[in-house]
Amino acid sequence: MSESNEFVRKVAEEKYKFGFTTDIHTEIIDKGLNEDVIRTISSKKGEPEWLLEFRLEAYRYWLTQKQPEWGHLKMPDIDYQAISYYADPTKKKKDSGNKEIDPELMKTFDKLGIPLEERLALSGTAVDAVMDSVSVKTTFKERLAEKNIIFCSISEAVREYPELVRAYLGSVVPYRDNYFAALNSAVFSDGSFVYIPKNTRCPMELSTYFRINARNTGQFERTLIVCDEGSYVSYLEGCTAPMRDENQLHAAIVEIVVMDNAEVKYSTVQNWYPGDADGKGGVLNLVTKRGHLRGVNSKLSWTQVETGSAITWKYPSCVLTGDNSQAEFYSVAVTNNYQQADTGTKMIHIGKNTRSTIISKGISAGRSQNSYRGLVKVSANADGARNYSSCDSLLLGSLCGAHTFPYMDVHNNTATVEHEATTSKISEEQLFYCNQRGISTEEAVGLIVNGYAKDVINKLPMEFAVEAQKLLSVSLEGTVG
Amino acid sequence: MNGGKQYIDLYRESREIIMQHSASLMNAVRDEAFDCFERMGFPSRKVERYKYTDVEKAFAPDYGLNLTRMDIPVNPQDVFKCDVPNLSTQLFFMENDAFYKGNQRSALSEDGVIITSLKEAADKYPDIVGKYYSKLADVASDSITALNTAFAQDGLFVYVPRNVQLKRPVQIVNILRSGVDMMVNRRVLIVLEEGADATFLFCDHAMDNVHFLTTQVIEVFVADNAHADIYELEETHTKCKRFSNLYIKTGGYCTVSHNNITLFNGLTRNTTDVILDGEYSELTLNGCVVADKKQYVDNNTLIDHRKPNCTSNELYKYVVDESAVGAFAGRILVQKDAQHTVSQETNANLCVTKEARVYTQPMLEIYADDVKCAHGSTIGLLDESALFYMQQRGISADEARMLLKFAFVGQVIEQVKLEPLRDRLQRLVEKRFRGELNKCIGCAICK
Repeated sequence: MSESNEFVRKVAEEKYKFGFTTDIHTEIIDKGLNEDVIRTISSKKGEPEWLLEFRLEAYRYWLTQKQPEWGHLKMPDIDYQAISYYADPTKKKKDSGNKEIDPELMKTFDKLGIPLEERLALSGTAVDAVMDSVSVKTTFKERLAEKNIIFCSISEAVREYPELVRAYLGSVVPYRDNYFAALNSAVFSDGSFVYIPKNTRCPMELSTYFRINARNTGQFERTLIVCDEGSYVSYLEGCTAPMRDENQLHAAIVEIVVMDNAEVKYSTVQNWYPGDADGKGGVLNLVTKRGHLRGVNSKLSWTQVETGSAITWKYPSCVLTGDNSQAEFYSVAVTNNYQQADTGTKMIHIGKNTRSTIISKGISAGRSQNSYRGLVKVSANADGARNYSSCDSLLLGSLCGAHTFPYMDVHNNTATVEHEATTSKISEEQLFYCNQRGISTEEAVGLIVNGYAKDVINKLPMEFAVEAQKLLSVSLEGTVG
Repeated sequence: MNGGKQYIDLYRESREIIMQHSASLMNAVRDEAFDCFERMGFPSRKVERYKYTDVEKAFAPDYGLNLTRMDIPVNPQDVFKCDVPNLSTQLFFMENDAFYKGNQRSALSEDGVIITSLKEAADKYPDIVGKYYSKLADVASDSITALNTAFAQDGLFVYVPRNVQLKRPVQIVNILRSGVDMMVNRRVLIVLEEGADATFLFCDHAMDNVHFLTTQVIEVFVADNAHADIYELEETHTKCKRFSNLYIKTGGYCTVSHNNITLFNGLTRNTTDVILDGEYSELTLNGCVVADKKQYVDNNTLIDHRKPNCTSNELYKYVVDESAVGAFAGRILVQKDAQHTVSQETNANLCVTKEARVYTQPMLEIYADDVKCAHGSTIGLLDESALFYMQQRGISADEARMLLKFAFVGQVIEQVKLEPLRDRLQRLVEKRFRGELNKCIGCAICK
């Protein structure tokens, strides 16, 4: 026991690798939220009138709403007036008029393992790097443009392709969807915009890297992915933030539209700063992610590895409208110390012969609380709908909690919906077996946990899978209880 | 606050009458319960535990209440149809919420076993009733319980002393009887002392073709080493609405089982809360629902593992036909110190028609690490290949479908420990699937 206690201490002391801050000139607008702030954000981004109107409507709706409380979470009070809603690290000090990116910024992303120079970049991955409220750089744009693929920041898309953005923005997640969606719609800053034209297979992985740097800001990115008929894209998202004592708010929206015979893979490795060992600080990750499978035979798959954030509250969901459409959700959520996660998915079956699969693995350690919450809804017209869900929880340590709250609403007799869940700790036999063969307890736990999460990690693109695996062992090292 | 105004007004107007016709021990908690109800009102569908049932709507119509305890003429033996062949039971009738006066009680006195009217018991045995009454059913957390506690005037009281084993099961036949639409607030208190052993069989029936609204709160205290089997069988008609809250608290080394069988009803909401408050106790919660027409059945269970080394098994099976709605929410809560808990929860549903709806929500909430907990839930239709196989062998499609449905719920019925009762239930369920039950002697509407 003492050995494992030492372990726990070691892990607790394990520093968050990405916790550094970048000292860079950042233009931050005053704290607070009101219509003027929204107008300021909109004008800084040079947005058209309709978008400002959209933001203001969302803001007015947000004012009428109350922050929801139904999550299995202990939320700190969020003072929405104490946050600055726009921070721009690319803004130069006056009179340095060239278009070069600040080398300090380049260094930051290098340090994070996201080189922005194309010759250094991992071949086959185009990156949109976003720091605070602004997209720093998007790589490989030209190569993608050859295939008429649009991959840029959403602000740029609003300027260059207003019709496209206007047609799809808010069509999957309307601003009335929930409290945080309304907030995001009012103040959203940068995110990525992806448009894959008909019958195009995107030649490389697209990726966005989000970084919060400035103090007392929130990040409210907005990502919109439209995959037209017969196309395919794989999209990755990564995120980190510096270590700060106060909580930082991250309320994003991701919207995905999938047309006939198209396929989208969306993978996230979420590694926001989780707070220190005493639960101080950390990012509040309150995100609305939803995909709309509009076309027949369309396919969408969400894969997420959640290791960071003080609080994670998100349900990447799929609305299966197109007949024969398929949705998948693979998730590993790891919580340690005082982290809290209430995450899962919603699968709304509307079209005929739609299929969905949910595989969720929760791992809780320390004093954390980890909940899976999911909804499978089969509407009256969804003949032949099929769902399989499996949610497993692993408990490491006696002070943490693991919870499962699945909801199933079935309004059609031809549907088959299955759900199973188990909760247990790592079996003594497995540990003993490993020990016998000279594998230390720590390594054994790592092995077992990695094996446990394999179903999900296997779904990640290669480079991400390696990172996720490392992340998993770092997050859990020494939590043998 | 949601609705409930008519009940608040009614209580204010008739508080004196209610108290006058009840026992002082029951009156003692009445005002507190009423305050709670007034504060909470009926739960809206935004309240998680009442997500699937529109309580306010069920309570909205105007029902009569028999507050002055008028006698309703009934001869239960005339309508008695719950006879279980080859099973000798101690039979008691409850008419609406009152203990039937013609019940024989003499045979019981020998071992100190008490089975009687709650009102009477409250006056006669104030020590026992006072120690347990309204101690488990928390009026502050559930408005149906609060409403029931405020209005209940009578009910059933069962006391089994230390180390007494009841040889014959206690059968309680609840008969709803009224000439006008009626609301019934029934209260049951069961106390099993250490090492006691008893089996209870509750049968719910309605005799008249009027609307009935029943609220029922059952509190069951099971002390260390005691053993209790509780069977509830609901077989009323489509104009009956039932809100039943069952609370069970066990000590250590107990074995408790509860079987909840809904064969025929209008709207039913069963809340079952079990607290395992001693080590090495074993709990089985089983349920089976057969619903068609516009029937509505909502079962909500909570198993609270407070102490280590307990085992719980839960199995609920639904067959939902025509435009019926079936809802199930089962929550297993394992508290921080309840190590070595083993818990298994299963809910399976057959959705027979397109109009039928099923909601299910199996939940695990776990705060201890050395546990083995699992839940599974399925919603589906009959296995096509099994149907085909049977038809190949000369079984008609209808018969094959019936057999499969029967086998589906058979898993729950097989777990009934009393063999004669199991046979009887099997026959009842079979009859139910053949559509015979709803037009037979039992149903006041078809008569």
